[in-house]
Formats: sequence, structure tokens, C-alpha cells
Amino acid sequence: MRKSARVISSERWPAIRFRVNGEAAAVRVPPMKRLLDVLREDLNLKGTKEGCGEGECGSCSVRMNGELVNSCLVPVLQSEGADIQTVEGLARKGELHPLQKAFLEHGGAQCGICTPGMLMAATQLLAQDSHPGISQIREALAGNLCRCTGFMRIFDAVAATAALEAKPGTGSAVEQASHAR
Amino acid sequence: MRGDASKHELVAPGRLDAVLDLLASEPGAWTPIAGGTELMVAFCAGRLDAPRLVSLTGIPDLRAIEVRPHSVVIGSAATFLDLRRHTIVGAELPLLARAASWIGSIANQSRATLGGNLVNGSPAADSSPALLAYDAEIEIISVRGRRRVPYSAFHTGYKRNVLSTDELLYAIHLPRRFERHVQYLRKVGTRRAMAIAKVALAATALAEDGVIREIRLAAASLAPFPTRLFGTEAALLGQAVTRETAQSARRALLAEVKPIDDIRSTAEYRRRVAANLLDELLLSLRREGWQR
Repeated sequence: MRKSARVISSERWPAIRFRVNGEAAAVRVPPMKRLLDVLREDLNLKGTKEGCGEGECGSCSVRMNGELVNSCLVPVLQSEGADIQTVEGLARKGELHPLQKAFLEHGGAQCGICTPGMLMAATQLLAQDSHPGISQIREALAGNLCRCTGFMRIFDAVAATAALEAKPGTGSAVEQASHAR
Repeated sequence: MRGDASKHELVAPGRLDAVLDLLASEPGAWTPIAGGTELMVAFCAGRLDAPRLVSLTGIPDLRAIEVRPHSVVIGSAATFLDLRRHTIVGAELPLLARAASWIGSIANQSRATLGGNLVNGSPAADSSPALLAYDAEIEIISVRGRRRVPYSAFHTGYKRNVLSTDELLYAIHLPRRFERHVQYLRKVGTRRAMAIAKVALAATALAEDGVIREIRLAAASLAPFPTRLFGTEAALLGQAVTRETAQSARRALLAEVKPIDDIRSTAEYRRRVAANLLDELLLSLRREGWQR
């Protein structure tokens, strides 16, 4: 975890400030630079992957102000003041997020390129609907392409996480993890 | 090829008057950008011909959905998720809510805006057939003032519209008077999610005693821009929904659509599917029209 605000300096550009996984960040980059590239190149958060670079595959999905976005289609200036959550913000203190555990248990991750985006899309779903049915899960992940798993194991992982949440006692784990940051 | 961010200027004034001043001060120099789901794709591919862009984000009145006694006024920067989540839109303008749910993925719907969909002017635009069926009106704003045009007159050619270089699409006005209408919308694409329409057809219609008293029929992907099918409407208006009416409407439809062969489909497939969708519409009209 980073302790202080990062400032990437280039005198040429004014600072653009936002929060990533709960921590302040400021970058001096061209305002049209893609949020995806800022995360990966300037903030060294390489969990977010580039797939198609045209908003079709969902690999670069992150959450911005509580909404799922394709970070390849967000000019970083439009992130000014925003709260951004990336896959790096899921695990807490070395403890995997319930969705991450479920992806491991159910074989929902294979080559791993789609996985960060899948996790963020699933996090978005569970933040808005803690008891999704299979059709809600399918719709929520329809914009995320996977070429390894055939999707069923990913759907299983999300459904298992939602079911875990539905059990009394364990119920708030997912909600806490997805809202607290 | 890749776009080079340092080759594009992007500003975000966060105020409508500042955006309009910018558009007026150097006509044609600035390109408005809202959710970026179209322009950023072009940027990523290195083919964005817009050296200077002005962001429409952070301007609340552009994103508002206002419910008035006789109309719903949708700010041009309202996103498709905004539309899907709006109770009145869902209840009274269900075709628009459904079209919004077909646009790309959740990550696209959270960013893509209704105004952006219209200004982009794709012949396959998902929201367009619904807006045409609802007789939408477009409110345009500039430093010179405001004006309104019927949405059916907004597109003037392939990716062309009536906006002058200093003008911004401000809002979309939809009348609240379709409660009694039969409402129809069907999109045919390659898969349920993320697909671009091969053909889409939308309609609102009123039938009394089995006779069509009012109809608005609109299509996507059957012409260079989304269009009302006025000729087909004329073949249906004042007619009973009979086999003969269906046949003459089918002839009128095939006479007025101008589909093309492209990567997504063929002109011939589009013609046949469009005619079948018309049949489906008339069947539902026949069923429901006789109940009223």
C-alpha cells in the first residue's frame, strides 16, 4: 500500500488530482492521456490490463465514483476529483477479497488477462445487487470477454460469492470490501 | 497506430456558458466530448481528428432528467444508466429504457450519453428508433439562444446533422402521452449483449375498433441515418389490420428502406428481417388493437 500522495511531475501539464483505492494521487500528464495508461504507467498499478483498447472487452474495467468504466475510454482529465477503485484495491491487508477467493476456488481465472476486469465488474454488480440471479450476473459481465474459462466458472464464482454474502454472519464481507474504499 | 495524448488539447470548464463561449469563439475548432465511448475509440486507434476537445462533464443541468406535466426532458449528457434507473422513463418510455439496456455493456452505459449517441449519428444508433417512435424533439443551445427541431429532422445525412459549429445538443424532449399506445421495439444483432444492430424497428401506434388511428414507425440500420418510415406509416394509417394492409405496408417498407451490405450484414438480409419485424408489429397491434 502506498502511504502518501504520488506526484508525477512534468512542468508542461497542470496537476490532475483524484483518489485511487482510497489514496490521493496527482499526475502531471496530457489531459487526454487514458486513465488506463495513467494507472499503469504513472501510478504503477499494473493490475488493470489493456485488451482491445476500444471498450469492447472489459479488461481495463475499473470503478470510478461507484460506476464501472472502461479505463481505456476515459481521458484522465475526466477523472479529476474522482474516486477510483482498481483491482489492487480489492484485497485488504494481504487478505484476498471474497470474489478473488471464489475465482481461485472455482477456476474462474486461467490466463488472468480478463480477471481484473471481471473482478471489478463483479464487484460493481454486488455493490448494487447483493443477491443477483444468473441473468443479472450474465448481464453484469457481458462486457467482459474471457477466452479461457468459457465463462461458466466465472459465473459460478460470482454466484458463490453472492451466496456467501447471503448467509447470516458472513453477510457483510463483500459489501464492506466493495464499499469501504 | 496509437493516438498521442500530447497532440490533443482537452479542457473541462465545468460550466455550460463557458463551453458555449468556447464553441462560439472559434467555430469548428473545438469538439465536445461527453462519455468518450465513441471519440476515445477513435483516439485509441489513432484516427481522432479533433486537436482540441472540450469536456461536457461536471455540468449538472446537462445531465438532468426533468419530469414536466406533459413531457420528460432529458439532458444530453444523461447516461444510458441514468435512463435505465429513472422510474418515469422506465414506466412511460419503456422503449427508451430498453434501448438503453442494449447499448454496449454496463461499463459503456455508465459513460455513454443520449446526446452523444444522437450527435455521433450512427445509422445503427440504439436509442434513435425509440426516440423517433416517441416523437422526440431536440433542444439545441448556443450563445445565440435556443432552438428546437423535431428529432425526425435532426439527421441530414450519414453522420451529418443540423447542428452548427457553435451549437450544442442541449436536451431531448419526449411527450408523456403514450400510455394507451401499443409500443414496439426489436433489435436484431449477433448476440444479446454488446451487438450493433443489423436491423432495429420501433413503433408507437393507436388502434381503435381495429383501425390504426395513429402510428410512428422508425428504423435503424436501414438507411444512412436512423429514420422515420413515413411511407410505411402512410400505408397503415386509417387502415384495419388485415392481411391486405400488412402486404401493402410490407411493399411500402421495402420501397422506402435503403439498407446496405457491410461487415455486419447484407442488404438482402436486412430487407427480409425488417419486413418480418413489421409483421410482428402488426400482429401485436392486431391483438392489442382489438382489445381497446
